[in-house]
Amino acid sequence: MSAQKNVVVREKIDKMSSEVVDTNPYSRLMALKRMGIVDNYENIRNYTVAVVGVGGVGSVTAEMLTRCGIGRLILFDYDKVELANMNRLFFQPHQSGLSKVEAAAETLKHINPDVDIMTYNMNITTVDNFELFTKILTTSNLSNGPVDLVLSCVDNFEARFAINSACNEFNLSWFESGVSENAVSGHIQFIIPGETACFACAPPLIVASNIDEKTLKRDGVCAASLPTTMGIIAGFLVQNTLKHLLQFGQVTNYLGYSALTDFFPTMSLKPNPSCDDNQCRLRQKEYAAKPKPEVAVEAKEEDQPFHEDNEWGISLVDESVEVKDNKINVAEGVTLAYTVPKQESVEECEEATSSNKEISLDELMAQMKQI
Amino acid sequence: MVDEVTRKTLSNIPLLKIKAGPRDKELWVERLKEEYQTLIKYVSANKAADNDWFRLESNKEGTKWFGKCWVIHELLKYEFDVEFDIAVTYPMTAPEIALPGLDGKTAKMYRGGKICLSDHFKPLWARNVPKFGIGHAMALGLGPWLAVEIPDLIAKGVISYKEKVAE
Ligand SMILES: [Zn+2]
Repeated sequence: MSAQKNVVVREKIDKMSSEVVDTNPYSRLMALKRMGIVDNYENIRNYTVAVVGVGGVGSVTAEMLTRCGIGRLILFDYDKVELANMNRLFFQPHQSGLSKVEAAAETLKHINPDVDIMTYNMNITTVDNFELFTKILTTSNLSNGPVDLVLSCVDNFEARFAINSACNEFNLSWFESGVSENAVSGHIQFIIPGETACFACAPPLIVASNIDEKTLKRDGVCAASLPTTMGIIAGFLVQNTLKHLLQFGQVTNYLGYSALTDFFPTMSLKPNPSCDDNQCRLRQKEYAAKPKPEVAVEAKEEDQPFHEDNEWGISLVDESVEVKDNKINVAEGVTLAYTVPKQESVEECEEATSSNKEISLDELMAQMKQI
Repeated sequence: MVDEVTRKTLSNIPLLKIKAGPRDKELWVERLKEEYQTLIKYVSANKAADNDWFRLESNKEGTKWFGKCWVIHELLKYEFDVEFDIAVTYPMTAPEIALPGLDGKTAKMYRGGKICLSDHFKPLWARNVPKFGIGHAMALGLGPWLAVEIPDLIAKGVISYKEKVAE
Protein backbone atom coordinates (compact mmCIF):
# COMPACT_ATOMS: atom_id res chain seq x y z
CA MET A 1 0.00 0.00 0.00
CA SER A 2 1.41 3.34 -0.96
CA ALA A 3 1.16 6.15 1.54
CA GLN A 4 -1.83 8.33 0.87
CA LYS A 5 -2.17 11.99 1.54
CA ASN A 6 -4.93 13.18 3.81
CA VAL A 7 -6.10 9.84 5.03
CA VAL A 8 -9.22 10.71 6.93
CA VAL A 9 -10.71 7.96 8.96
CA ARG A 10 -14.28 8.46 9.96
CA GLU A 11 -14.61 7.49 13.60
CA LYS A 12 -17.64 5.78 15.07
CA ILE A 13 -20.33 8.07 16.43
CA ASP A 14 -22.37 7.01 19.43
CA LYS A 15 -25.44 9.12 18.99
CA MET A 16 -26.76 10.81 15.87
CA SER A 17 -26.57 14.54 16.37
CA SER A 18 -28.32 17.22 14.40
CA GLU A 19 -25.63 19.75 15.09
CA VAL A 20 -24.68 21.43 11.84
CA VAL A 21 -20.91 21.33 11.81
CA ASP A 22 -18.78 20.12 8.94
CA THR A 23 -17.51 17.17 10.96
CA ASN A 24 -20.97 15.69 11.55
CA PRO A 25 -21.83 13.16 8.84
CA TYR A 26 -25.44 13.04 10.00
CA SER A 27 -26.28 16.73 10.12
CA ARG A 28 -28.02 16.87 6.74
CA LEU A 29 -29.99 13.71 7.45
CA MET A 30 -31.07 14.95 10.85
CA ALA A 31 -32.13 18.16 9.14
CA LEU A 32 -34.99 16.13 7.67
CA LYS A 33 -36.35 16.02 11.17
CA ARG A 34 -35.95 19.74 11.72
CA MET A 35 -37.78 20.36 8.49
CA GLY A 36 -40.62 18.10 9.52
CA ILE A 37 -40.14 15.55 6.72
CA VAL A 38 -39.28 12.71 9.06
CA ASP A 39 -40.22 12.64 12.77
CA ASN A 40 -37.75 10.14 13.93
CA TYR A 41 -34.72 10.01 11.72
CA GLU A 42 -32.39 8.56 14.35
CA ASN A 43 -34.62 5.47 14.54
CA ILE A 44 -32.86 4.34 11.39
CA ARG A 45 -30.17 2.99 13.67
CA ASN A 46 -32.61 0.45 15.09
CA TYR A 47 -33.30 -1.19 11.76
CA THR A 48 -31.77 -4.15 10.00
CA VAL A 49 -32.02 -4.54 6.25
CA ALA A 50 -30.89 -7.57 4.26
CA VAL A 51 -29.66 -6.90 0.73
CA VAL A 52 -29.70 -10.02 -1.42
CA GLY A 53 -27.48 -9.62 -4.47
CA VAL A 54 -24.70 -7.06 -4.35
CA GLY A 55 -24.43 -6.31 -8.07
CA GLY A 56 -25.28 -3.17 -10.02
CA VAL A 57 -28.40 -2.40 -7.99
CA GLY A 58 -27.54 -4.07 -4.66
CA SER A 59 -24.15 -2.45 -4.18
CA VAL A 60 -25.53 1.04 -4.71
CA THR A 61 -28.47 0.20 -2.46
CA ALA A 62 -26.06 -0.92 0.25
CA GLU A 63 -24.01 2.25 -0.11
CA MET A 64 -27.08 4.48 0.17
CA LEU A 65 -28.30 2.68 3.27
CA THR A 66 -24.82 2.89 4.78
CA ARG A 67 -24.62 6.62 4.17
CA CYS A 68 -28.08 6.99 5.68
CA GLY A 69 -26.81 5.30 8.83
CA ILE A 70 -28.89 2.11 8.83
CA GLY A 71 -28.37 0.03 12.00
CA ARG A 72 -27.37 -3.26 10.45
CA LEU A 73 -26.87 -4.32 6.88
CA ILE A 74 -26.74 -7.98 5.87
CA LEU A 75 -25.25 -8.69 2.47
CA PHE A 76 -25.69 -11.87 0.42
CA ASP A 77 -23.99 -12.70 -2.88
CA TYR A 78 -21.83 -15.50 -4.22
CA ASP A 79 -20.19 -13.71 -7.06
CA LYS A 80 -16.78 -12.12 -7.40
CA VAL A 81 -15.97 -8.61 -8.57
CA GLU A 82 -14.86 -8.64 -12.21
CA LEU A 83 -13.58 -6.02 -14.60
CA ALA A 84 -16.72 -6.68 -16.62
CA ASN A 85 -18.67 -5.05 -13.74
CA MET A 86 -16.91 -1.70 -14.12
CA ASN A 87 -19.66 -0.14 -16.23
CA ARG A 88 -21.67 -0.15 -13.02
CA LEU A 89 -21.29 1.98 -9.92
CA PHE A 90 -19.59 1.22 -6.61
CA PHE A 91 -16.91 -1.44 -7.20
CA GLN A 92 -13.43 -0.46 -8.32
CA PRO A 93 -10.94 -2.23 -10.58
CA HIS A 94 -8.53 -3.02 -7.73
CA GLN A 95 -11.27 -5.09 -6.09
CA SER A 96 -11.39 -7.58 -8.97
CA GLY A 97 -11.24 -11.12 -7.75
CA LEU A 98 -12.60 -10.34 -4.29
CA SER A 99 -15.99 -11.66 -3.33
CA LYS A 100 -18.60 -8.96 -3.84
CA VAL A 101 -19.78 -9.09 -0.24
CA GLU A 102 -16.26 -8.83 1.13
CA ALA A 103 -15.27 -5.99 -1.20
CA ALA A 104 -18.52 -4.16 -0.45
CA ALA A 105 -18.17 -4.54 3.31
CA GLU A 106 -14.67 -3.10 3.20
CA THR A 107 -15.78 0.01 1.33
CA LEU A 108 -18.94 0.44 3.38
CA LYS A 109 -17.19 0.18 6.75
CA HIS A 110 -14.90 2.92 5.58
CA ILE A 111 -17.77 5.16 4.60
CA ASN A 112 -19.69 4.66 7.82
CA PRO A 113 -18.27 2.54 10.63
CA ASP A 114 -21.47 2.94 12.65
CA VAL A 115 -23.27 0.48 10.42
CA ASP A 116 -22.98 -3.11 11.53
CA ILE A 117 -22.29 -5.10 8.37
CA MET A 118 -22.70 -8.85 8.09
CA THR A 119 -21.69 -10.68 4.92
CA TYR A 120 -22.61 -14.06 3.50
CA ASN A 121 -20.82 -15.29 0.43
CA MET A 122 -23.33 -17.89 -0.68
CA ASN A 123 -25.90 -18.88 -3.26
CA ILE A 124 -29.24 -18.78 -1.47
CA THR A 125 -31.09 -21.06 -3.88
CA THR A 126 -29.43 -24.37 -3.04
CA VAL A 127 -31.14 -26.65 -0.55
CA ASP A 128 -28.49 -26.41 2.16
CA ASN A 129 -27.93 -22.69 1.81
CA PHE A 130 -31.62 -21.88 1.76
CA GLU A 131 -32.03 -23.24 5.29
CA LEU A 132 -29.18 -21.04 6.46
CA PHE A 133 -30.57 -18.10 4.52
CA THR A 134 -33.94 -18.30 6.25
CA LYS A 135 -32.25 -18.75 9.61
CA ILE A 136 -30.21 -15.59 9.06
CA LEU A 137 -33.26 -13.63 7.93
CA THR A 138 -35.27 -14.65 10.96
CA THR A 139 -32.61 -14.17 13.65
CA SER A 140 -30.35 -11.33 12.62
CA ASN A 141 -31.87 -8.04 13.63
CA LEU A 142 -30.25 -6.02 16.39
CA SER A 143 -32.13 -8.01 19.02
CA ASN A 144 -31.75 -11.37 17.24
CA GLY A 145 -35.23 -11.30 15.77
CA PRO A 146 -36.30 -11.20 12.11
CA VAL A 147 -34.79 -8.53 9.85
CA ASP A 148 -36.97 -5.48 9.30
CA LEU A 149 -36.85 -5.62 5.54
CA VAL A 150 -35.39 -7.73 2.76
CA LEU A 151 -34.29 -6.09 -0.48
CA SER A 152 -34.01 -8.33 -3.49
CA CYS A 153 -31.35 -7.02 -5.85
CA VAL A 154 -30.71 -10.31 -7.61
CA ASP A 155 -30.50 -10.74 -11.35
CA ASN A 156 -32.32 -14.00 -11.86
CA PHE A 157 -35.73 -15.55 -11.58
CA GLU A 158 -34.66 -18.48 -9.39
CA ALA A 159 -33.20 -16.28 -6.66
CA ARG A 160 -36.29 -14.03 -6.71
CA PHE A 161 -38.46 -17.06 -6.30
CA ALA A 162 -36.31 -18.31 -3.43
CA ILE A 163 -36.57 -14.95 -1.64
CA ASN A 164 -40.30 -14.97 -2.28
CA SER A 165 -40.80 -18.36 -0.69
CA ALA A 166 -38.60 -17.47 2.30
CA CYS A 167 -40.49 -14.23 2.88
CA ASN A 168 -43.89 -15.87 2.48
CA GLU A 169 -42.93 -18.65 4.85
CA PHE A 170 -41.54 -16.36 7.56
CA ASN A 171 -43.84 -13.42 6.93
CA LEU A 172 -41.13 -10.92 6.05
CA SER A 173 -41.81 -7.77 4.08
CA TRP A 174 -39.56 -7.29 1.10
CA PHE A 175 -38.92 -5.28 -1.99
CA GLU A 176 -38.36 -6.94 -5.30
CA SER A 177 -36.31 -4.90 -7.75
CA GLY A 178 -35.10 -5.48 -11.25
CA VAL A 179 -33.61 -4.02 -14.35
CA SER A 180 -34.51 -5.52 -17.71
CA GLU A 181 -31.91 -7.38 -19.73
CA ASN A 182 -31.96 -4.64 -22.34
CA ALA A 183 -31.03 -2.16 -19.58
CA VAL A 184 -33.71 0.38 -20.47
CA SER A 185 -36.45 -0.42 -17.99
CA GLY A 186 -36.76 -1.46 -14.40
CA HIS A 187 -39.10 -1.67 -11.45
CA ILE A 188 -39.46 -2.04 -7.72
CA GLN A 189 -42.30 -3.88 -6.00
CA PHE A 190 -43.18 -3.87 -2.31
CA ILE A 191 -44.36 -7.24 -1.10
CA ILE A 192 -46.07 -7.66 2.27
CA PRO A 193 -46.99 -11.36 2.46
CA GLY A 194 -50.75 -11.81 2.36
CA GLU A 195 -51.41 -8.13 1.82
CA THR A 196 -49.90 -7.33 -1.57
CA ALA A 197 -49.25 -9.63 -4.52
CA CYS A 198 -46.23 -11.87 -4.04
CA PHE A 199 -43.72 -12.74 -6.74
CA ALA A 200 -45.50 -16.04 -7.44
CA CYS A 201 -49.01 -14.50 -7.57
CA ALA A 202 -48.68 -13.74 -11.28
CA PRO A 203 -46.17 -14.01 -14.09
CA PRO A 204 -43.46 -11.35 -13.88
CA LEU A 205 -44.47 -7.87 -14.98
CA ILE A 206 -42.73 -6.09 -17.80
CA VAL A 207 -42.48 -2.35 -18.13
CA ALA A 208 -42.98 -1.49 -21.76
CA SER A 209 -39.71 -0.22 -23.11
CA ASN A 210 -41.29 0.92 -26.37
CA ILE A 211 -38.82 -1.12 -28.33
CA ASP A 212 -40.22 -3.21 -31.12
CA GLU A 213 -39.49 -6.77 -30.03
CA LYS A 214 -38.63 -7.63 -33.60
CA THR A 215 -35.85 -5.09 -33.78
CA LEU A 216 -34.39 -6.09 -30.44
CA LYS A 217 -31.28 -8.08 -31.23
CA ARG A 218 -30.23 -10.65 -28.72
CA ASP A 219 -27.63 -12.38 -30.83
CA GLY A 220 -24.39 -12.89 -29.05
CA VAL A 221 -25.34 -11.45 -25.68
CA CYS A 222 -27.48 -12.32 -22.71
CA ALA A 223 -27.83 -8.98 -21.06
CA ALA A 224 -26.83 -5.36 -21.34
CA SER A 225 -26.49 -3.01 -18.37
CA LEU A 226 -26.29 0.69 -17.72
CA PRO A 227 -25.11 2.35 -14.49
CA THR A 228 -27.84 4.95 -14.96
CA THR A 229 -30.80 2.56 -14.95
CA MET A 230 -29.32 0.58 -12.07
CA GLY A 231 -28.62 3.72 -10.07
CA ILE A 232 -32.17 4.96 -10.62
CA ILE A 233 -33.69 1.67 -9.53
CA ALA A 234 -31.42 1.56 -6.46
CA GLY A 235 -32.53 5.11 -5.66
CA PHE A 236 -36.20 4.16 -5.90
CA LEU A 237 -35.58 1.10 -3.79
CA VAL A 238 -33.82 2.90 -0.96
CA GLN A 239 -36.19 5.87 -1.08
CA ASN A 240 -39.12 3.55 -0.52
CA THR A 241 -37.16 1.62 2.09
CA LEU A 242 -36.62 4.83 4.05
CA LYS A 243 -40.26 5.79 3.69
CA HIS A 244 -41.35 2.39 4.92
CA LEU A 245 -38.95 2.18 7.85
CA LEU A 246 -39.20 5.78 9.01
CA GLN A 247 -42.88 6.10 8.15
CA PHE A 248 -43.01 9.18 6.02
CA GLY A 249 -44.67 9.76 2.67
CA GLN A 250 -46.26 6.89 0.76
CA VAL A 251 -44.63 3.63 -0.10
CA THR A 252 -45.32 2.67 -3.69
CA ASN A 253 -46.48 -0.89 -4.19
CA TYR A 254 -45.25 -1.15 -7.77
CA LEU A 255 -43.14 1.47 -9.48
CA GLY A 256 -41.88 0.97 -13.01
CA TYR A 257 -39.37 2.92 -15.02
CA SER A 258 -39.09 3.12 -18.77
CA ALA A 259 -35.83 4.84 -19.69
CA LEU A 260 -36.57 5.54 -23.35
CA THR A 261 -39.73 7.48 -22.63
CA ASP A 262 -39.10 8.61 -19.03
CA PHE A 263 -42.33 6.94 -18.08
CA PHE A 264 -42.96 5.81 -14.48
CA PRO A 265 -46.06 3.65 -14.09
CA THR A 266 -47.25 2.97 -10.55
CA MET A 267 -49.95 0.66 -9.27
CA SER A 268 -51.11 -1.56 -6.43
CA LEU A 269 -51.32 -5.30 -6.81
CA LYS A 270 -53.53 -7.51 -4.69
CA PRO A 271 -52.51 -11.08 -3.99
CA ASN A 272 -53.86 -13.92 -6.09
CA PRO A 273 -56.22 -16.11 -4.01
CA SER A 274 -55.06 -19.13 -5.96
CA CYS A 275 -51.36 -18.30 -5.83
CA ASP A 276 -49.15 -21.33 -6.40
CA ASP A 277 -47.27 -20.67 -3.18
CA ASN A 278 -49.32 -22.18 -0.36
CA GLN A 279 -47.54 -20.01 2.20
CA CYS A 280 -48.78 -16.97 0.29
CA ARG A 281 -52.34 -18.28 0.50
CA LEU A 282 -51.88 -18.87 4.22
CA ARG A 283 -50.63 -15.30 4.73
CA GLN A 284 -53.64 -14.07 2.74
CA LYS A 285 -56.00 -15.88 5.10
CA GLU A 286 -54.23 -14.41 8.12
CA TYR A 287 -54.40 -10.97 6.60
CA ALA A 288 -58.10 -11.34 5.78
CA ALA A 289 -58.79 -12.32 9.40
CA LYS A 290 -56.92 -9.34 10.76
CA PRO A 291 -59.05 -6.35 11.77
CA LYS A 292 -58.39 -3.52 9.35
CA PRO A 293 -57.94 0.05 10.50
CA GLU A 294 -61.14 2.05 10.11
CA VAL A 295 -59.45 4.81 8.20
CA ALA A 296 -60.93 5.00 4.73
CA VAL A 297 -58.16 4.47 2.29
CA GLU A 298 -58.39 6.53 -0.83
CA ALA A 299 -59.78 4.22 -3.46
CA LYS A 300 -57.20 3.45 -6.03
CA GLU A 301 -58.55 2.82 -9.46
CA GLU A 302 -55.50 0.91 -10.53
CA ASP A 303 -55.95 -1.82 -7.94
CA GLN A 304 -55.51 -4.96 -9.93
CA PRO A 305 -56.46 -8.25 -8.38
CA PHE A 306 -54.96 -11.24 -10.09
CA HIS A 307 -58.18 -13.16 -10.50
CA GLU A 308 -58.28 -16.83 -10.00
CA ASP A 309 -60.60 -17.10 -12.94
CA ASN A 310 -57.66 -16.21 -15.09
CA GLU A 311 -59.61 -14.52 -17.85
CA TRP A 312 -56.50 -14.37 -19.98
CA GLY A 313 -55.90 -18.06 -19.40
CA ILE A 314 -54.61 -19.81 -22.40
CA SER A 315 -54.40 -23.48 -21.87
CA LEU A 316 -51.82 -24.77 -24.21
CA VAL A 317 -48.46 -26.31 -23.77
CA ASP A 318 -47.42 -24.67 -26.97
CA GLU A 319 -46.73 -20.99 -26.75
CA SER A 320 -46.33 -20.38 -30.48
CA VAL A 321 -50.09 -20.55 -30.72
CA GLU A 322 -50.56 -17.22 -29.05
CA VAL A 323 -47.69 -15.19 -30.36
CA LYS A 324 -49.52 -11.95 -30.71
CA ASP A 325 -49.01 -8.38 -29.79
CA ASN A 326 -51.97 -7.79 -27.51
CA LYS A 327 -50.21 -8.68 -24.32
CA ILE A 328 -52.05 -8.64 -21.03
CA ASN A 329 -52.07 -5.10 -19.81
CA VAL A 330 -51.94 -4.81 -16.06
CA ALA A 331 -51.65 -1.04 -16.11
CA GLU A 332 -50.70 1.46 -18.74
CA GLY A 333 -47.24 0.53 -19.88
CA VAL A 334 -47.04 -2.61 -17.76
CA THR A 335 -47.74 -6.08 -19.11
CA LEU A 336 -47.41 -9.64 -17.90
CA ALA A 337 -44.29 -11.32 -19.22
CA TYR A 338 -46.37 -14.32 -20.23
CA THR A 339 -49.59 -16.08 -19.40
CA VAL A 340 -50.04 -19.25 -17.45
CA PRO A 341 -52.89 -21.65 -18.08
CA LYS A 342 -55.22 -22.96 -15.43
CA GLN A 343 -54.18 -26.18 -13.79
CA GLU A 344 -55.45 -28.52 -16.47
CA SER A 345 -53.61 -27.70 -19.63
CA VAL A 346 -53.54 -29.75 -22.77
CA GLU A 347 -51.45 -32.80 -22.33
CA GLU A 348 -50.28 -33.66 -25.73
CA CYS A 349 -47.31 -35.62 -24.52
CA GLU A 350 -47.10 -39.06 -23.08
CA GLU A 351 -47.96 -39.40 -19.41
CA ALA A 352 -45.22 -40.23 -16.98
CA THR A 353 -45.15 -43.85 -15.98
CA SER A 354 -48.14 -44.67 -13.86
CA SER A 355 -47.11 -45.84 -10.44
CA ASN A 356 -43.53 -45.93 -9.41
CA LYS A 357 -43.92 -47.32 -5.94
CA GLU A 358 -42.48 -50.68 -6.86
CA ILE A 359 -39.19 -49.41 -8.14
CA SER A 360 -36.59 -47.78 -5.92
CA LEU A 361 -34.63 -44.66 -6.64
CA ASP A 362 -31.37 -46.61 -6.43
CA GLU A 363 -32.55 -49.01 -9.11
CA LEU A 364 -33.51 -46.13 -11.36
CA MET A 365 -30.16 -44.43 -10.81
CA ALA A 366 -28.41 -47.68 -11.71
CA GLN A 367 -30.59 -48.09 -14.81
CA MET A 368 -29.72 -44.58 -15.92
CA LYS A 369 -26.02 -45.31 -15.64
CA GLN A 370 -26.35 -48.43 -17.71
CA ILE A 371 -27.87 -46.85 -20.77
CA MET B 1 -41.36 -21.04 -29.91
CA VAL B 2 -42.37 -24.62 -30.23
CA ASP B 3 -41.55 -25.67 -33.74
CA GLU B 4 -42.17 -29.06 -35.30
CA VAL B 5 -38.76 -30.41 -34.28
CA THR B 6 -39.31 -29.40 -30.67
CA ARG B 7 -42.79 -30.81 -30.71
CA LYS B 8 -41.39 -34.10 -31.90
CA THR B 9 -38.69 -33.97 -29.23
CA LEU B 10 -41.31 -33.28 -26.59
CA SER B 11 -43.35 -36.26 -27.64
CA ASN B 12 -40.49 -38.51 -26.56
CA ILE B 13 -40.31 -37.10 -23.06
CA PRO B 14 -42.97 -38.24 -20.63
CA LEU B 15 -44.62 -35.55 -18.53
CA LEU B 16 -44.21 -35.55 -14.78
CA LYS B 17 -47.03 -35.39 -12.25
CA ILE B 18 -45.68 -34.78 -8.80
CA LYS B 19 -45.28 -31.20 -7.82
CA ALA B 20 -42.54 -31.41 -5.23
CA GLY B 21 -39.22 -29.72 -4.70
CA PRO B 22 -36.10 -30.74 -2.81
CA ARG B 23 -37.46 -29.34 0.45
CA ASP B 24 -40.43 -31.69 0.29
CA LYS B 25 -38.60 -34.71 1.72
CA GLU B 26 -40.61 -37.87 0.86
CA LEU B 27 -42.57 -36.37 -1.98
CA TRP B 28 -39.30 -35.20 -3.51
CA VAL B 29 -38.11 -38.80 -3.65
CA GLU B 30 -41.21 -39.63 -5.68
CA ARG B 31 -40.62 -36.69 -7.96
CA LEU B 32 -37.01 -37.76 -8.33
CA LYS B 33 -38.13 -41.21 -9.42
CA GLU B 34 -40.29 -39.57 -12.06
CA GLU B 35 -37.33 -37.50 -13.16
CA TYR B 36 -35.19 -40.59 -13.56
CA GLN B 37 -37.91 -42.53 -15.36
CA THR B 38 -38.40 -39.63 -17.72
CA LEU B 39 -34.70 -39.28 -18.38
CA ILE B 40 -34.27 -43.01 -18.94
CA LYS B 41 -37.06 -42.96 -21.53
CA TYR B 42 -35.75 -39.85 -23.19
CA VAL B 43 -32.13 -40.97 -23.37
CA SER B 44 -33.19 -44.41 -24.60
CA ALA B 45 -35.34 -42.83 -27.29
CA ASN B 46 -32.44 -40.62 -28.33
CA LYS B 47 -30.20 -43.64 -28.56
CA ALA B 48 -32.73 -45.58 -30.58
CA ALA B 49 -33.08 -42.65 -32.96
CA ASP B 50 -29.32 -42.39 -33.31
CA ASN B 51 -29.48 -38.99 -31.68
CA ASP B 52 -27.78 -39.69 -28.39
CA TRP B 53 -26.42 -36.43 -27.00
CA PHE B 54 -26.16 -36.43 -23.22
CA ARG B 55 -25.81 -38.44 -20.04
CA LEU B 56 -26.74 -37.21 -16.58
CA GLU B 57 -26.53 -38.50 -13.05
CA SER B 58 -27.12 -36.96 -9.66
CA ASN B 59 -26.07 -37.15 -6.05
CA LYS B 60 -28.29 -39.38 -3.98
CA GLU B 61 -30.44 -36.46 -2.82
CA GLY B 62 -31.06 -35.52 -6.44
CA THR B 63 -30.00 -31.94 -5.78
CA LYS B 64 -26.77 -31.89 -7.77
CA TRP B 65 -26.68 -33.14 -11.34
CA PHE B 66 -23.68 -33.67 -13.55
CA GLY B 67 -22.73 -35.46 -16.71
CA LYS B 68 -21.69 -34.94 -20.29
CA CYS B 69 -23.26 -33.62 -23.41
CA TRP B 70 -21.84 -33.66 -26.87
CA VAL B 71 -22.31 -32.26 -30.33
CA ILE B 72 -21.28 -33.90 -33.58
CA HIS B 73 -20.05 -31.23 -35.93
CA GLU B 74 -18.64 -32.16 -39.32
CA LEU B 75 -18.21 -35.72 -38.14
CA LEU B 76 -16.21 -34.73 -35.08
CA LYS B 77 -17.50 -35.14 -31.57
CA TYR B 78 -17.19 -32.21 -29.19
CA GLU B 79 -17.91 -33.14 -25.60
CA PHE B 80 -18.67 -30.88 -22.63
CA ASP B 81 -19.22 -31.31 -18.92
CA VAL B 82 -22.68 -30.29 -17.87
CA GLU B 83 -23.83 -29.56 -14.32
CA PHE B 84 -26.56 -27.86 -12.38
CA ASP B 85 -28.07 -27.65 -8.92
CA ILE B 86 -31.72 -28.18 -8.20
CA ALA B 87 -32.83 -24.93 -6.54
CA VAL B 88 -35.26 -24.91 -3.63
CA THR B 89 -37.78 -23.36 -6.00
CA TYR B 90 -37.70 -26.30 -8.44
CA PRO B 91 -39.92 -27.31 -10.23
CA MET B 92 -41.56 -23.86 -10.14
CA THR B 93 -38.38 -22.54 -11.72
CA ALA B 94 -36.40 -24.42 -14.35
CA PRO B 95 -32.92 -25.77 -13.59
CA GLU B 96 -30.10 -23.44 -14.57
CA ILE B 97 -27.97 -25.66 -16.74
CA ALA B 98 -24.27 -24.83 -16.85
CA LEU B 99 -21.36 -25.84 -19.07
CA PRO B 100 -18.51 -24.75 -16.81
CA GLY B 101 -15.89 -25.56 -19.43
CA LEU B 102 -17.24 -22.82 -21.68
CA ASP B 103 -17.49 -20.17 -18.95
CA GLY B 104 -16.04 -16.93 -20.22
CA LYS B 105 -15.85 -18.17 -23.80
CA THR B 106 -19.18 -16.91 -25.00
CA ALA B 107 -21.42 -13.97 -24.21
CA LYS B 108 -24.42 -16.31 -24.37
CA MET B 109 -23.75 -17.36 -20.82
CA TYR B 110 -24.26 -16.01 -17.36
CA ARG B 111 -21.67 -16.33 -14.60
CA GLY B 112 -20.48 -19.81 -13.85
CA GLY B 113 -21.17 -21.01 -17.38
CA LYS B 114 -24.95 -20.99 -17.04
CA ILE B 115 -26.46 -21.02 -20.48
CA CYS B 116 -28.52 -18.07 -21.63
CA LEU B 117 -31.96 -19.36 -22.54
CA SER B 118 -34.29 -18.00 -25.16
CA ASP B 119 -37.10 -15.66 -24.23
CA HIS B 120 -39.46 -18.49 -24.99
CA PHE B 121 -38.07 -21.02 -22.58
CA LYS B 122 -39.18 -19.51 -19.29
CA PRO B 123 -42.79 -18.83 -20.32
CA LEU B 124 -43.00 -22.34 -21.73
CA TRP B 125 -41.64 -23.78 -18.49
CA ALA B 126 -43.95 -21.65 -16.34
CA ARG B 127 -46.96 -22.88 -18.29
CA ASN B 128 -46.00 -26.46 -17.78
CA VAL B 129 -45.22 -26.59 -14.06
CA PRO B 130 -45.00 -29.28 -12.70
CA LYS B 131 -45.17 -31.37 -15.86
CA PHE B 132 -41.79 -30.39 -17.19
CA GLY B 133 -38.73 -31.92 -15.63
CA ILE B 134 -35.01 -32.16 -16.14
CA GLY B 135 -35.44 -33.97 -19.46
CA HIS B 136 -37.51 -31.08 -20.78
CA ALA B 137 -34.94 -28.56 -19.61
CA MET B 138 -32.27 -30.49 -21.47
CA ALA B 139 -34.36 -30.85 -24.63
CA LEU B 140 -35.76 -27.34 -24.76
CA GLY B 141 -32.94 -25.44 -23.07
CA LEU B 142 -29.59 -27.05 -23.58
CA GLY B 143 -30.31 -28.84 -26.87
CA PRO B 144 -31.17 -25.73 -28.91
CA TRP B 145 -28.39 -23.77 -27.20
CA LEU B 146 -25.77 -26.32 -28.24
CA ALA B 147 -27.15 -26.50 -31.76
CA VAL B 148 -26.71 -22.77 -32.25
CA GLU B 149 -23.70 -21.89 -30.12
CA ILE B 150 -21.29 -24.77 -30.64
CA PRO B 151 -20.96 -24.50 -34.44
CA ASP B 152 -20.52 -20.77 -33.93
CA LEU B 153 -17.81 -21.25 -31.30
CA ILE B 154 -16.06 -23.76 -33.53
CA ALA B 155 -16.21 -21.38 -36.48
CA LYS B 156 -14.75 -18.62 -34.36
CA GLY B 157 -11.97 -20.91 -33.22
CA VAL B 158 -12.99 -20.54 -29.58
CA ILE B 159 -13.24 -24.28 -29.19
CA SER B 160 -11.29 -26.85 -31.15
CA TYR B 161 -11.50 -30.58 -31.57
CA LYS B 162 -9.45 -32.65 -29.15
CA GLU B 163 -8.45 -36.18 -30.09
CA LYS B 164 -9.24 -38.61 -27.37
CA VAL B 165 -5.98 -39.91 -25.98
CA ALA B 166 -7.39 -43.13 -24.67
CA GLU B 167 -10.82 -44.58 -25.17
ZN1 LIG C 1 -48.62 -15.16 -3.97
